[in-house]
Amino acid sequence: MANFRVAAAFAAVGLATALLACPASAQVKIGSVLSVTGPASFLGEPEKETLKIYVDKINAKGGIDGQKLQLIIYDDGGNANAARTFATRLVEQDKVVAMVGGATTGTSMAEIPVFQDAQIPFISLGGSIRIIQPVKKWVFKTPHTDRMACEKIFADLKKRKLTKVALISGTDAFGKSMRDQCIAVAPKAGITIVHVENYGPHDSDMTPQLTKIKATPGVQAVINTGFGQGPAIVTRDYRQLGIPYPLYQSHGVASKQFIKLAGPAANGVRLPAAALLVADQLPDSDPQKPVVVAYKKTFEAKTGKPVSTFGGHAYDALMIFAAAAKRAGSFDKAKVRDQIEKTKGFIGTGGTFNMSPTNHLGLDLSAFRMLEIKDGEWTLVH
Amino acid sequence: MSMLAPLERFRLLQRRRLAAAGASKSILLDRFRLLRRRRLISLVPIVAIVIILPLLFSSAYYYRVAALVFLFGIAALGLNLLMGFAGQVSLGHAGFMGIGAYAVAIGPTAFGIPPVLSFILGALLSALVAFVVGRPILRLKEHYLAVATLGFGILLAIVFTNEANWTGGPDGMAVPQLILFNWPLRGAAVWYWILAVSFLVGAVIALNLINSPTGRALRAIHDSEVAARVLGIDVAQKKLMIFVISAVYTSIAGSYLALLDGYITPQISGFLRSIELVAMVVLGGMGSVAGSLVGAAVLVILPQALTLFDEYEHVVLGLIVMGVMIFLRAGIVPSLAAAFGGGRS
Repeated sequence: MANFRVAAAFAAVGLATALLACPASAQVKIGSVLSVTGPASFLGEPEKETLKIYVDKINAKGGIDGQKLQLIIYDDGGNANAARTFATRLVEQDKVVAMVGGATTGTSMAEIPVFQDAQIPFISLGGSIRIIQPVKKWVFKTPHTDRMACEKIFADLKKRKLTKVALISGTDAFGKSMRDQCIAVAPKAGITIVHVENYGPHDSDMTPQLTKIKATPGVQAVINTGFGQGPAIVTRDYRQLGIPYPLYQSHGVASKQFIKLAGPAANGVRLPAAALLVADQLPDSDPQKPVVVAYKKTFEAKTGKPVSTFGGHAYDALMIFAAAAKRAGSFDKAKVRDQIEKTKGFIGTGGTFNMSPTNHLGLDLSAFRMLEIKDGEWTLVH
Repeated sequence: MSMLAPLERFRLLQRRRLAAAGASKSILLDRFRLLRRRRLISLVPIVAIVIILPLLFSSAYYYRVAALVFLFGIAALGLNLLMGFAGQVSLGHAGFMGIGAYAVAIGPTAFGIPPVLSFILGALLSALVAFVVGRPILRLKEHYLAVATLGFGILLAIVFTNEANWTGGPDGMAVPQLILFNWPLRGAAVWYWILAVSFLVGAVIALNLINSPTGRALRAIHDSEVAARVLGIDVAQKKLMIFVISAVYTSIAGSYLALLDGYITPQISGFLRSIELVAMVVLGGMGSVAGSLVGAAVLVILPQALTLFDEYEHVVLGLIVMGVMIFLRAGIVPSLAAAFGGGRS
């Protein structure tokens, strides 16, 4: 039958391609599945660059305990299904000793079972607290959680003696997750959320929602959880409506792009952000200063692109792994995992990490700095 | 095109036999056997591949990739019934994948419905949605139909993204494991067998459908709706029927995907996924059951094989897809069947 021959030919081709994908070298392998393309590429791209730069740096210094690292990066395009396939590949084919990455919450969550089953340490770069809560034995993460951003904002509000806030949030992953976290931690922080508004990630006018907030009695401050252009539009509309309360943005807008988009309206906006953003403004006494300044210089010199906090998370994850492997004295997966969990006082771009069996992130509120935008520049709030 | 030829030959053969046998009672039996052989013979190589492949697999990774090939094969087969046979395009089929996927995720967690039942309910829900949406949408033709189905798919993706209380929002949600008779279904090898067998069952049903009066009616609609109507075919009803069947196939693939991964995000029903399904059908061959599987295999395996091109991966993938479409214009399976089989196919 013609059909039979055709199908047989295809089976052969399929097998040939599958065999092509076999691993070859014998260095110590660490894997990474990042969303280098697709909608989350703003995360994956700087993370990939960072990992490449610093693995090269580690190898140039003779590797870890004399053993050189080989970095294997796959691009999942932001797709959870592809992420899981590549995670399986890293475990089964490439035989990695550890995994750094999983750029988004969705892809990380899909990958977790693979590493849990294979008992391989996995340091995720995803944002949500769901990745490490409940605690999973082999899973860690380095980015701040949105819950911490809420707590940081609430702490600042308390200092200013403001307790009643209105929320306005984007319906994208980031905005939604942070909104839920803010609502969840508000009672504990002694903050009352009197009104909640939403907008779509591609909306171009937030005046209706803001008008409602303006008309709500008792509001003392407004928090906008969101990412991308939405918060810039909120900020502009907010000033246009002449709403008198302080406006807080999230760490999701901690890029120069936001200031550019919002223009003069951005002045006076406060937001929590990592120290990396204000590297040059940190006082010399700040223990984080040398780390963030060095990372910023290296990244910007090698890539020619402005530094982002996302790449910083990848730096932290890689360095935590490298330090743990050094302390473990081998690349034994269980020993490395135990050492990652024992990370104490590690100073990264995101803050000072103190991990424990119940805390697989290890950052506290001091990791965030409260910034205020003044004349189009970030300034530290003291 | 090539689908009509064997049928005609088959009838010719029947007539000759009829004359030769002189109307004995074995004709009925003969006819039955021939029909069965005709239909199912094209599945023999696929069965052989399903059995032989595991002998060559050295790790769970291979099982997973192969399982995904059969999974997307099911979805592509469903879409192929609509596109290849009835000639109706859909750019929103991933929406049905989403319905199936979220059914097995939300059913057990929010309503306590057992996963197996949720799986079936998901397929039924997809059928219902397809039935309701299909009526007005299938009145449209060509580009208009494409745009309408596109809108439908995007609409579902938005629902899955925004109804965070149910779906976990853009970050997605975990899917409870499927447990059959106290036996949790996990591990890539188990899923390989489940999906391979499911694909074969789906293929048998599809082949039966294609060779039924309905199948012939659909092909008539494909060639000319006016002519089909003149012949007394209820065009609207047949189109709606195949749309519903095709939605069920895709929905089942979606449920499988959710159970296989144990985690889903709204991306499962995104626009790009719909396009991927269409690409599988067109690459593999419109109106070819084996083509659906081959198309799925190409688009699942290639991204895995092309990782060695690193940053140029997508460029190479695009070039290969373009090359296939230029040189194997009717899709991989029909084109190669014509080339290898000469006049026989």
